[in-house]
Amino acid sequence: MVEAQQDFIQERETKIIKGNEAAAYAAKSARVQVISAYPITPQTTVVEKLSEFADNGEMPGTQYIKMESEHSVFAAVIGASKAGTRTFTATSGQGIFYAHEMIHWAAGARLPIVVAIASRGPAPPWNIWADFTDVLSQRDTGWMSSFCASHQEIYDEILMSYKVCEDHEILLPKFVAYGGFILSHTSKPVIIEDQDLVDKYLPSLPSEEGWPHIWMDPKRPMMFGNLIMPSGFYYEFRMKIHDAFIQAKEKIKNATKEFENIFGRHYGNGLIQEYRMDDAKVGVLIYGDLALQMEQAVDDVREEGYKVGMIKLRHFRPFPVEDIINSMKKVEIIGVIDRATAFGSQTGGPVSGEVKSALHEINGAPKVLSIINGLGGREVSLEQQKNQLKMLVKFKETGELPKDMIHGTLWDGLLEVE
Amino acid sequence: MTKSEKWKKINKSIKERPEVQDYKNWEELPPIPISLPIDGSIGATGDWRTFRPVIKEGCNSCGICWLFCPEGTISRKDDGSFEIDLRYCKGCGICAKECPSNNIEMVRESDMKDG
Repeated sequence: MVEAQQDFIQERETKIIKGNEAAAYAAKSARVQVISAYPITPQTTVVEKLSEFADNGEMPGTQYIKMESEHSVFAAVIGASKAGTRTFTATSGQGIFYAHEMIHWAAGARLPIVVAIASRGPAPPWNIWADFTDVLSQRDTGWMSSFCASHQEIYDEILMSYKVCEDHEILLPKFVAYGGFILSHTSKPVIIEDQDLVDKYLPSLPSEEGWPHIWMDPKRPMMFGNLIMPSGFYYEFRMKIHDAFIQAKEKIKNATKEFENIFGRHYGNGLIQEYRMDDAKVGVLIYGDLALQMEQAVDDVREEGYKVGMIKLRHFRPFPVEDIINSMKKVEIIGVIDRATAFGSQTGGPVSGEVKSALHEINGAPKVLSIINGLGGREVSLEQQKNQLKMLVKFKETGELPKDMIHGTLWDGLLEVE
Repeated sequence: MTKSEKWKKINKSIKERPEVQDYKNWEELPPIPISLPIDGSIGATGDWRTFRPVIKEGCNSCGICWLFCPEGTISRKDDGSFEIDLRYCKGCGICAKECPSNNIEMVRESDMKDG
C-alpha cells in the first residue's frame, strides 16, 4: 500500500488559480493516495494539474493511474478505496453517465470516495457549459452531493467532504460540483492552507488495515458485496445507506463548524447558507456559482427598498429538509432557481420539486415559484437576477405571475429572435 | 466496543465470523456484506444441474477437465484419478466437451439410478 510521506510541505499561500486547479490543490492538501484519471471537458485540467503534482514529486507516494474511460476511472478508485486508501478523481457530464454503474457500486460498497464534478449540460445537443443536470441526475445513486459557489469553496468543500465521507458512521462517497467554465476555467485568488492545519483537520489517512468495514488482504481473500437472496439482508443493507445519509446532516454541520474554527471561512451551517434572510419578505433558493452573483442582486434590490433574501443550497444529498423549512418560513414567497432539468417532474427543475415536497403539509410555508435559467451555460446576468427578485416581490404584492410561464414554471431567459 | 471496532474484529477473525443469523436487525449489520471463501457459499448449486458428467472407464487422468471446469468442482484423488463434486457441479458440460478422449458423458439426471 502506498503511504504519503512528509517530504513535501505546503505552507499557507494565496494563489491566483482556476477552479479546476483549486480542486487539484484540495486533493493534494488532503494527501490523496490514489488518483485515477480520464480527460473530459471541462474537468480535464483537474487531473492534468494532479499529474503535474505527481510528476514533480509534490505528492510523494501518490499513485496516479491513467484509465481508458470513466467507467474504468470509477472502477479504479473503487478498487483503491477498498484497499484502504484515500482516493480522488474528477469528471463531467457524459463521463458521469458512462460511469453510472460504478457510481452505484461505490455507494453500495460504502466507500468514502470524493469526486470533483465540473458540471456541464448533457448531450444532445452537445454542450460543455455549466448545467447541473449531470450531477443531479445521480440523485438516487447513494452519493452525497454539494455545490460550490466560488473558487475558494471548491478547495474548502473538498477538504470538508473527506472529513464527512470518512466518518465511520457515514462511509459514503460524495460529488463536489461546480459550474463548468464559469468556475472551472476562470481564475481567482484561492487560499491554499497550511499542510499542518489540514492534517489536523482531516481524519488521519487509513492505516494498513484500511476502513473498518472493508479492506483487501491477499493473505485472507474475501468477497465484498456478495449476492444476497431476497430472504437475506439485501433490503436492510440498502436501508442502512439512507440511515447514513440522515446521520450525515449533523456530521456536515459539525465538519463545517470545525472548518470555520480552524480556517476562518464561513459556509452557513454547511447544508444551507443564508444571505440577508432575517428580515426578508421574499426569498430565493439558488445553488452553484449563480448564488454568488445573486448576493449582489439581493444587495442591489434591497437598495431599491425591497426586503429580499437568499438561501444558498450547499448540499443536495443529504437534502436539508429541516433547515429549508426553518429558513423558508421567514418569507411569504420563495423562488427556487434551478440550473438543471428534471423532465416530466412536477416543476421541471430537480431542486424546485424537492423543495415543494419538503414544504408539503408545513404550516406557514411560503408559496414556491419554480424558475429555471442558465441551461447549458446560457449567461444569467446580474440584471436578469435582479428582475427575478423583483418579479417575486411583484408576485407577493399583487399576486400577479409572469405571463410567459410554461407549465407552471418560469423558464427565464428563453431566446426570442426577431 | 464501538460499532466499527466490532466490524473490524469480526472481519479479522475467521473464528469469530458470525453466521448471518447472528445479526438480529439492520442496526447490527456492518455497512456491507462480506463473504469468506468457503465451499459453496451460495448454497448447493449442484441442484441446478440437468445433465450429470460421468467419467467413464477409459479416462487416462490427463487433467484437462480439471483445468477447464469453471466452478472448480473437479479434483484429483490420491490415486491420481479425478472426481467431480456433484454438490456444486452445475452440469455445464464443458468438461465433456473438452475431454480429449471423449471419456466424460453427460447423462440426464432423471436417467441416473440415483437421479
